[in-house]
Order: sequence, then structure tokens, then C-alpha cells
Amino acid sequence: MQKFTRLTGIAAPLFRANVDTDAIIPSREMKKVSKEGLGEGMFADWRYSDVANRVENPDFILNWPCFRKAPILLAGPNFGCGSSREHAVWALQDYGIRCVIAPSFGAIFQGNCVRNGILPLVLPEPSVAALAQAATPQLLTVDLAAQSVRVPDGTELPFTIAPADKEMLLEGLDAIGVTLKRLPAIRDFEGSYRARNPWLFF
Amino acid sequence: MGLSLVEKLWARHCVADLGDGTDLLYIDRVLLHERTGSMALKGLKEQGRAVRHPDRAFVCMDHIVDTLPGRSDTTIMPGGTAFIHETRAAAAEAGIRVFDIGDDRQGIVHVVSPEQGIALPGATLVCPDSHTCTQGGLGTLAWGIGSTEAAHALATQTLVVKRPKTMRVRFDGALPPGVGAKDMILHLIAAHGAGGGSGYAIELAGSAVSALSVEARMTLCNMAVEFAAWTGLVAPDAKTIDWVKGRPFAPKGDLWDAAIADWQGLVSDADAVFDKEIRIDCAAIAPTITWGTSPQHAVPLTGHVPDPDTAADATAAQARRRALDYMGLKAGDALVGLPIDGAFIGSCTNSRLSDLRAAAAVLKGRKVAAGIRAICVPGSMQVKAAAEAEGLHLVFQAAGFEWRESGCSMCFFAGGEHFGKGQRVVTSTNRNFENRQGPGTRSHLASPVTVAASAIAGHIADPRSFLGEG
Ligand code: SF4
Repeated sequence: MQKFTRLTGIAAPLFRANVDTDAIIPSREMKKVSKEGLGEGMFADWRYSDVANRVENPDFILNWPCFRKAPILLAGPNFGCGSSREHAVWALQDYGIRCVIAPSFGAIFQGNCVRNGILPLVLPEPSVAALAQAATPQLLTVDLAAQSVRVPDGTELPFTIAPADKEMLLEGLDAIGVTLKRLPAIRDFEGSYRARNPWLFF
Repeated sequence: MGLSLVEKLWARHCVADLGDGTDLLYIDRVLLHERTGSMALKGLKEQGRAVRHPDRAFVCMDHIVDTLPGRSDTTIMPGGTAFIHETRAAAAEAGIRVFDIGDDRQGIVHVVSPEQGIALPGATLVCPDSHTCTQGGLGTLAWGIGSTEAAHALATQTLVVKRPKTMRVRFDGALPPGVGAKDMILHLIAAHGAGGGSGYAIELAGSAVSALSVEARMTLCNMAVEFAAWTGLVAPDAKTIDWVKGRPFAPKGDLWDAAIADWQGLVSDADAVFDKEIRIDCAAIAPTITWGTSPQHAVPLTGHVPDPDTAADATAAQARRRALDYMGLKAGDALVGLPIDGAFIGSCTNSRLSDLRAAAAVLKGRKVAAGIRAICVPGSMQVKAAAEAEGLHLVFQAAGFEWRESGCSMCFFAGGEHFGKGQRVVTSTNRNFENRQGPGTRSHLASPVTVAASAIAGHIADPRSFLGEG
């Protein structure tokens, strides 16, 4: 998995409440059993005025020249709610988004981000709103090790993150590989668990 | 201090404390479907990893398969056949059972799993699908995950999980006539917001929940995720035990006796402390319907579209404005009487036998209004067969509903069938997001009886005026 350590980049404001994963990647954009090429379908219903012919909607924020290559998204509360589709994260990743800053996230989406090297960064709603409403594009520096976001006026905004998620992102860990190192403990548990709950086994 | 049900289930599945509030939890059942499960199986294969206990994993073909009679691997959804073929091949290679097209057990994963006795009280169950919480209706600790997490569960039979906060929502008092589990959950989300359950495992309790059928409890738990909860569940009781008994994958003989002895203890202790408690008086719940594009945009059916300016904050007000624009409505519009184009009964929320019976009671002897496209999709082929054995299909068909094969169908749009741009649909599903049921389709979430009543009236209608007559 791609590591996440430090990132400096433009933050694109998409400050809407409850943006669901159907909006991030509509179902019909998930065309193959694959992660590849999903970036093109990201936010398709908002990004294109004619989805089939990929005619861009000039009003959509990521189509503004200054935000086209933004690696950071400033999002509203409960971002990534709804469907569990990991394709939403793969689409963001394929497009080039490495960090989403929001007041809160859908739980499954947040977990999916961490497992794919995208930092789901939680800041208080007023801070995100202020950044999103700034008159000029905001160049931010996100430092995961230091758990801080540096904003253009030099202020450092601290953020919290679960230590396990932080480690996973900083190290780019393979979660299955890490857990498989505990296989002896899992086997031990299984033995006694099965003795206690035989009805759960076939 | 006593323990809550969630804490008890957590403790019995905890393999290791990983520190900082994170545990390695043992997973009893893994379910997959062709939409996202295919990616989990593919991921494992690419890593050269095996499925640890294929006998405790199951695949349902539900999301992409067609629901028209005579269906095959060919799908209306462009490219759907590849999903079906790749999933089938990967499952066969991993030794995982598939409830495939043509199997009389096929259906929506969250309907099939309880029905087959795969989900059991007290078990942990995961699926790369957000509505896995549906299965909490049996007292299963069941939650939705991503495809990468599903691969982890398959390879290790465990997951690394952050301990959720605990919440209890107590529904007390008697439900008024015409009000059911769907109205209860929409009422809860409207009152506390689509983010109201964020970070919590929620036990749904109280006398009104005890009084619900097991199937209705699944409807209630189904939308825990629309409340942003990590999951929802209902403590198992005698009704649950009766419901599970004799199901194909449920324990039998001595194992059954051991199981039910164990399940008796699956309740929150009287002195358990929850991080948050919400109480709802059911007498105050009316048939409820959504007007907007978030499940929190719900009001009593007899109510009106709210004014964006009365929203709690600027973000919510902006969301309401967008929703009004998308839905083609304005503040103050009455919901009852709003002309509709479509009616849909189906999905993991409301497609079980009791839902179809309730809708059929409204439809019996009546006709769907002219010009309305009305569709019923049973949640599983077992539900379909049981409904047909009672003649319910004849009631639906005589009323003018299409009677489909089982699957997710038009609950979501994947490039195949849809209601069409600007079409207003009353639907028994769980998501009224923009474009969820098709580009530009306007979805109003409601109970199966409200959908049935509206289909007959040709506009959003109050089911109470159809009950007890006909
Ligand atoms: S019926 Fe709808 S909500 Fe349920 S699993 Fe299928 S697509 Fe998801």
C-alpha cells in the first residue's frame, strides 16, 4: 500500500453535507471487476453535464482550472456515507486525491481510505468551513507524523487519528500480512472458542 | 457495572487487544456478493492468499443479476456478465458456496443469510455491503466493510476493529395503525439526523421493538447505516429462536439445544451503561416519507416540505435547497397528493414475506392508477415461493404490479433498468440519494403499505385510508 507521510497541495472545497459514495462513484461507473480507471467516473453526475459523452460541467469545482489537480478535498460532515463500495476510494485515488478533510466521515468509507493510503482527516466543522469558504485556493501542508495541517496564514491546526490508522498510513502496511503474524494466537482462540460455541461451526 | 449486549458479543469474539481501543475480533461468517465480493476474492488471489475457512463464507448473486423472468448470465446492466462469471469462478476456486442464478435459495444477501440460518444470534458476520446491519435484527453482530477488509476477514477469519461507542434507542408504547418498522427508523433518522448514529453500535430496544416481528426488526436494523451507525441490533428473544429454528444452516439436535441455551443470555444487563440513550414514544410516530435526497429529509406523510431556512445550520440549509431542486419541490408543498410515476416494493429493507403480505392487503381488489409503473421484487426466491404459495403474486399482478425474480433490482442503478429522469417514485428501499435509482430519478422512501397505497392513488397517499377496507 502507498504510504502517506506529508503532503503539500491545493485543497478543493466540496463542502456539502452527507456526500454519499453513490455520488463519489455512481454504480454505473463501476464497469469491471477492477480498481483501474475509476478516476474518470469520480463524481460523474456532478462533474459532467452529459455523463455519457463526458461533457464537463464548468461549474463543478474540480473542473475549475485552479482545482483540477488538487490532491486534497475539503468536504462536509458525514462524507462518504452510504454504500460500502471501496470503488469510491479507488476512484479518488485514481484521480489523484490523497487526503480528504471533513468534520466527520461515513465509517466504512473512512476505513477504506486508510486501507488504500488516503488520509481521512477530521477537523472541527468551523475550521473546514472556513478553509472551504476562503476567497482564494488554499495551499495546505498535511503532516501525518506531526498530526497537523498548516494553513496559508501559517497557523497549524492539530488533528487526532487512531494510532493504528496512523501507523498503517505512515508505514504503508499490508494489513493481512500484519494479522497473519498473529496466526498462532488466532488458532489458540479458535480452539477454545469452538469448544464454547460448537453450534457456530459446520 | 453490567455489560451491554454489544459489549458481551465483543468480549466473546476478542482474539487480542491491539491497544488504543482497537481489538482483533473473530469473525464467524463472511458473506459476499458479485458487486464488491468479487473484488475481495480477486484481491486475495492476486496476493496468493487462501481463504481460511471457505465453509463459513457464502456468495449471493444479487446486485447485478436481472430480475426479469427467464433471466440468465446476460444482464441489462452493461458488462454485468463479467461480474457474474468472475465471481462464480473465483468462489469455485476458493471453495465457497454460491447461491447462484437458478438456485431456489438465490436472493438479496441480507435476506438470504438470515433465511438460510447463516446469520445467527450472537455471531459476528461481515459483508462488503453497507446494509449488512440488517442482520442485526436476529441479534447478530453484523456490519458492512470494504472489499479490502473482506479479503482480510477471508484470509484470517478476523478483523481489526475499533471499539464503537454504545447507544440504546428505546421505542416504547404502541405503534398507531398503519405505522411499522420503516416509519420508526425514518422517524429516528429525521429526528436525530443522518449522522446521528456516527461512531455508535446501536441496540434497538423497548416494548415496541419487542412487539415487532423478527422480519420487522430486520427492517429497523437495515437503516442503522443510514443513521451513520457502525451497526444496529436487537437482542434475540423467544421470537428470534422460533424464527431461526429449522433453517438449513442453523444448528440441529444437541447443537441447537446448546445454541438456544447460550442465546438466552444475549441481553444487556439491567445496569448496563450506554454512551448515549434515545427514547422515542411510538404514539408520536406517523406513517413517514422522505421528501429530499437524504434519509433525514423525512416528515410525517401528512406533513409538508420544510423550509430550508428553518434548517439547523447553513450546511443543512444548503443541502435542503439542493434537495428541493433535485426533487422538483418547493418549501410548503404537501406530500400527500404529489403525483407519482413509479412504485417499487423490494430491497433488503422491505422485501420479506411480511412486507409483501402487508402491501398485498392494501392492493387486494384494487388497481394501480393509470400510467404508474409498479414493480414488486421479492427479496429472495424463497420469499417469492412462499408468497406464491399464498397467492400473493396474483394480488400484485391483478393490481397491475410486475412480479419479478429476486435481487436488488431497481433499488440502485448500475447502468441497467431505471425509472428515468425526473420520474417520481415511491419506494420501499433505503436510499433516496441523488441518482440512486437512476439518473435524475426522484425517490421517496416509505413503507410497503405507503408504496402500495400511493400506487393505487397515483399520488403519494396515506395507507391508513386503505386499511381495513377493500
Ligand atoms: S437491495 Fe439495495 S440496499 Fe439492499 S443490498 Fe441490494 S442494492 Fe444494497
